[in-house]
Amino acid sequence: MMLRLLRRDLAQFFPFAGGGSAGAALPVIFFVAVAMLYPFAVGPDANMLARTGGGVVWIAALLAAILPLDRLVARDIELGYFDQLALRGVSEDIAMAVRMLAHWLSFGPPLIIAAFPAAALLQLEGATLHLVLMGLLVGTPGLAAIGLIIAALTASLRSGAALSGLLLIPLALPILIFGAGALARQDQASLGFVAAISLGLMALAPFASGAAIRAAR
Amino acid sequence: MQGSDSPRIIAKDLACQRGDRLLFRRLTLDLGPGEACHVTGANGSGKTTLIRTLAGLTPPLTGTAQCSGTVGLLDERTGLDPERTLGSTLDFWFALDRVADRVTVLERLRLTELLDVPVRYLSTGQRKRAALARLLGQGADIWLLDEPLSGLDTSSQALVCDLVAEHLDNQGTALIASHQALSVPGLKTLAIEDFAVPEEVQT
Repeated sequence: MMLRLLRRDLAQFFPFAGGGSAGAALPVIFFVAVAMLYPFAVGPDANMLARTGGGVVWIAALLAAILPLDRLVARDIELGYFDQLALRGVSEDIAMAVRMLAHWLSFGPPLIIAAFPAAALLQLEGATLHLVLMGLLVGTPGLAAIGLIIAALTASLRSGAALSGLLLIPLALPILIFGAGALARQDQASLGFVAAISLGLMALAPFASGAAIRAAR
Repeated sequence: MQGSDSPRIIAKDLACQRGDRLLFRRLTLDLGPGEACHVTGANGSGKTTLIRTLAGLTPPLTGTAQCSGTVGLLDERTGLDPERTLGSTLDFWFALDRVADRVTVLERLRLTELLDVPVRYLSTGQRKRAALARLLGQGADIWLLDEPLSGLDTSSQALVCDLVAEHLDNQGTALIASHQALSVPGLKTLAIEDFAVPEEVQT
């Protein structure tokens, strides 16, 4: 049954999935667009790009994580989807755990793949790219978890979409600091912090967002 | 019916509020197998809140509300994805509810021809019929129906009454909030305004 829920959620959120809404590919497009525009804005100095490019990739990933938030929870509350699941004995916490996985799958791995063309555009070296990829791999689950909590909390607000962007940025700062910090020192150790933050957030998110949905009823 | 125990809706000394407003209080209700109740009341009198409280979706202010048996809910939120086709979104619910005979359900509600149409292109009545198909497929012991007749044409309204009557014949239980009259034999009525809270008590 969890698989059925996951399949439905993925059909809704995964980019280029059949029947999914067109906005699902937006985070990836946005991410690549930032990497493409940055060299135009600061000039094609390869040294400068290689030095700052990793941080730009991180900022682009963080901002791209905001884009899917307005569709993540609010729509299904309006549909009565969680009500119908609750009547069938599926608690909001389980539904949100499934949604967190679907949300990560539909923006984490696509961003990691998109990091390759982004790295080429920013002329990142192999070692830096390696750290960026590792960082995104352990950091995006945390971003997905924060995003889910915020989306559930702001679902019943009228300008929830705008607010969720503002809320995500400060909460995502630790992930950004440690994730991009690994690049500055060319050291994987701080990625351990990112992984720890992500794990903690992932453990918390289903319960926090489930409670938010129940409170919004 | 799915459940082996006899379905029952019991509400004791129930009071509910919406926002800061007390909607009704001291509402007591007991419906057993084969029994149904038609809830009437003006807009905003608390019919929907009563149904959502009985379904266990919102907690009551005081008193107890309990449904023993599987609960099917039909309200203005259909649970059907507007972006997907009717067939695929109904199949999702049918698969969750392990519906063996989806063809009969779909034919009963005259949806067979609409299966390839995305839900957002359906008319209000068609969407309502689709939600009824989801409810019928669920095979729940207890039906909580919030305005099941709104938006439906005359023949579909008669169909809903037939479905409710059959549900009761199968020892099901139903609670129906509606502004329209329902031609279902043996229907009890409950006017929610009888339990309304006088203005002076509100504060």
